Amino acid sequence: MSSKPVEQLHQVIVRFAGDSGDGMQLTGSQFTSETAMLGNDISTLPDFPAEIRAPAGSLPGVSGFQLHFADHDILTPGDAPNVLVAMNPAALKTNLKDLPKGGTLIVNADAFNDRNLQKAGYAANPLEDGSLDEFQVHAVPLTTLTVGALKDVEGVTSREAERSKNMFALGLMSWLYGRPVEATESFITTKFAKRPEIAEANLKALRAGYAFGETTETFAVTYEVKPAKLKPGIYRNITGNQALSMGLVAASELSGLPLFLGAYPITPASSILEELAGYKQFGVRTFQAEDEIAAAGAAVGAAFGGSLGVTTSAGPGIVLKAETIGLAIMLELPLLICDIQRAGPSTGMPTKPEQGDLLMVLFGRNSESPVPVVAALSPSDCFHAAIEAARIALKYRTPVYLLSDAYLANGSEPWLLPDVSTLPKLDVDFATEPNFEGQFLPYLRDEQTLARPWAVPGTPGLEHRVGGLEKADRTGNISYDPDNHDLMTRLRAQKVAGIAADIPELEVDDPDGDATVLVLGWGGTYGPIAAGCRRVRANGKKVAHAHLRHLNPFPRNTGEVLRRYEKVLVPEMNLGQLLKLVRAEFLVDAVGYNRVTGLPLRAAEVAEAIEAMVGSA
Amino acid sequence: MSEKLTMKDFKTDQEVRWCPGCGDYAILAAMQSFMPELGIERERTVFVSGIGCAARFPYYMNTYGMHSIHGRAPAIATGLAASRRDLSVWVVTGDGDALSIGGNHLIHALRRNVNFKILLFNNKIYGLTKGQYSPTSELGMVTKSTPMGSLDFPFNPLSLAIGAEATFVARCIDTDKAGTTEVLRAAAQHRGSAFVEIFQNCPIFNDDAWDFVRDDKAGVNRITLQSGSPILWGADHEKALRQRSDGSIEVCRATDDGILVHDAEHESASLAFALTRVTQATHGGTPVGVFRDVQRAVYDDLMAEQIETATEKQGKGDLAALLHSGETWRIS
Repeated sequence: MSSKPVEQLHQVIVRFAGDSGDGMQLTGSQFTSETAMLGNDISTLPDFPAEIRAPAGSLPGVSGFQLHFADHDILTPGDAPNVLVAMNPAALKTNLKDLPKGGTLIVNADAFNDRNLQKAGYAANPLEDGSLDEFQVHAVPLTTLTVGALKDVEGVTSREAERSKNMFALGLMSWLYGRPVEATESFITTKFAKRPEIAEANLKALRAGYAFGETTETFAVTYEVKPAKLKPGIYRNITGNQALSMGLVAASELSGLPLFLGAYPITPASSILEELAGYKQFGVRTFQAEDEIAAAGAAVGAAFGGSLGVTTSAGPGIVLKAETIGLAIMLELPLLICDIQRAGPSTGMPTKPEQGDLLMVLFGRNSESPVPVVAALSPSDCFHAAIEAARIALKYRTPVYLLSDAYLANGSEPWLLPDVSTLPKLDVDFATEPNFEGQFLPYLRDEQTLARPWAVPGTPGLEHRVGGLEKADRTGNISYDPDNHDLMTRLRAQKVAGIAADIPELEVDDPDGDATVLVLGWGGTYGPIAAGCRRVRANGKKVAHAHLRHLNPFPRNTGEVLRRYEKVLVPEMNLGQLLKLVRAEFLVDAVGYNRVTGLPLRAAEVAEAIEAMVGSA
Repeated sequence: MSEKLTMKDFKTDQEVRWCPGCGDYAILAAMQSFMPELGIERERTVFVSGIGCAARFPYYMNTYGMHSIHGRAPAIATGLAASRRDLSVWVVTGDGDALSIGGNHLIHALRRNVNFKILLFNNKIYGLTKGQYSPTSELGMVTKSTPMGSLDFPFNPLSLAIGAEATFVARCIDTDKAGTTEVLRAAAQHRGSAFVEIFQNCPIFNDDAWDFVRDDKAGVNRITLQSGSPILWGADHEKALRQRSDGSIEVCRATDDGILVHDAEHESASLAFALTRVTQATHGGTPVGVFRDVQRAVYDDLMAEQIETATEKQGKGDLAALLHSGETWRIS
């Protein structure tokens, strides 16, 4: 603990930025762990480039990690940082514009040499030319200090010693905000178990950074952010992709069906494949296919055999799977398709979030091909959304899209762990007997759900053939009969539409109950929209917020909710996709707030858009 | 299994819709008579197909079946076979389905050695879409889409399969019931991927393309391979095959020195590959039978083993433990 005066803060937003090779993601995630252990509410936003390692010191190579922590419940990683830690000129150049006047700037003074300044496009050294006067600048010779601290560590080259400067920075920041470093110390020891000298170097650097803060006069004050009063229970920090992976395992356990994942590596979905590959003790089969289509195909094959078939990807991969998903629609087999959306079109910006795939997942297949869609709204919600998507897929024998995005996937937040016994049972009733006069009719539907019976190979007496051709109602034999095709098309549509009776109604957050403006969102904009609404209400204005988790079918009261309000605002990270749907289906003159920057919406801009609408109501 | 199954048990009530004279009828009949001998229950047998005339096959077999999408049957069957090792999985495909759009899935299935049998009905044409050329059509073939002759050099399916690390490679002829049954038997007995090319006649769009071996009553053109036996052929078995010093194969007399004795289980694939390069055009004869039949770890088994090992090491997965793994903290 520090001997210097301690200032209380309610919230802090820190952004670490450096070269891709500087370990900013590691630094950020460790600071996050320390913060989580302290009990603050946290929200994080890793912001990294698509390339593995762009040239050192270059602008495209800058990797960043922003985290927002507070003594109260927070919803976003923060619109702008209070503190920017810049490890080199390129990191400063790309991030400075986001640091408000008066913000704290901690830079690695050693990195501001002529070569790096030139690479970053600086004509003069910003540390010397007065251009940073409006910030509180701490120019710390991080590299020199780190190398100095490690000079007695044997078996460590000077290059390796330099690389530990991120741990020095972490130690310093941990001291500055009173974070305990024990968790980081054990993390380092475990991670570098096979190279104890590297572990020692990192530990020494971490402690040296911490000690530096304590002894130097540059930092006169430390800060404290008290734990947040969150709902009681056991918490862990979780990213969206981790939560999604666990949700799939949960769905497997709850249904009793073995999980089969067919996937092809693609940013930002690959970590789901990697995470699930480590869960073999749950009977999880992960199949890294030769391409996206094979990945989906294998999942369909596994589903045919009675597994819970899942395929994961991002936009460019989902679009390849369209035909296979169409087959699953015709076969009426359960199939989970997880789309971790990223900026497009085409290759786009692989590591940046966007919400551009909604219309694609609804309509991007040939002909009338209805598929339910579920969208997670926060990193931890990915767990629950995965279970819900599986529930629908299994009960109705249908493919289901589960939407997430790069921000939810990599961003993290504390997650109140659910009691496993409270999770829904996903009972699956396989067909075991003939269902009509001693025969088995594979398309003789359940009267209520319109789902067809699911008879898996290995079940004697129920041998049947299914395929992509249109099939006769009830028997499932190939049929080109005109009336039959019209009937089957409508039955398939009705089956999906009928799911509305089986999902919760849309809830509206309207504290006073008499707002005239409704903000309607879906997916990862939940945090920014809710935070925006908080600001608007803090300014004395009224606004209602509803957030859709089911995009197809919509909750059964959606139209009624929309019509209650004079105005409807639909903020999206696209050019207006939910907006189009809502206008078309409910004949409501909704208006969009649309930004397609590859970054999450900022609470401030959402608040501004809401206030403008409230103002003109 | 209670009573012995008969051919009739494997027929469905669907009217077979192939053209009169189509080679697929013969293959279907051979399969329906072979299945009772195989002795696997109908409920544990699955036929998976893609798109094409051949792909209608599953509808006519009274087992479980899936008529899927063009070229993707090996991928779909991989998911099925890997997750259900108790099933007997057969993939029925054609020269377009397997070698054009499906080429990628075919080669990966073979290198993985997934436990299913791939039957490729090769008629050297696209039948269902009415007469365009296929990846096995001869260079220069005049078809609906190539009025001035095809510009594509064709694949040699068996060479491709061996190049894709296939552990079982064989060829038979649609109307040769005995030969086809022998190949199906060997394929069914092989654990792992089995690749079988079946010369199949399309009477409408490429009639008589295989007559040189199909109508080969005198046995002049067929080179029947029997593992363990010298490769003798010709009307009076007067011909044999011999390997040149560069590894390629030449035709020689049965009385010559160094004639090849076929060994389908030979560890190195080179000999089998060299045999696939023997064609009617290059050597005046066409080998049929099992070219290669070796054992290699099967993908499905390897996958199951890893799950077993992980479960032994870590104990059966516990969901609550999983959620609570990593760093947790309590808020009271």
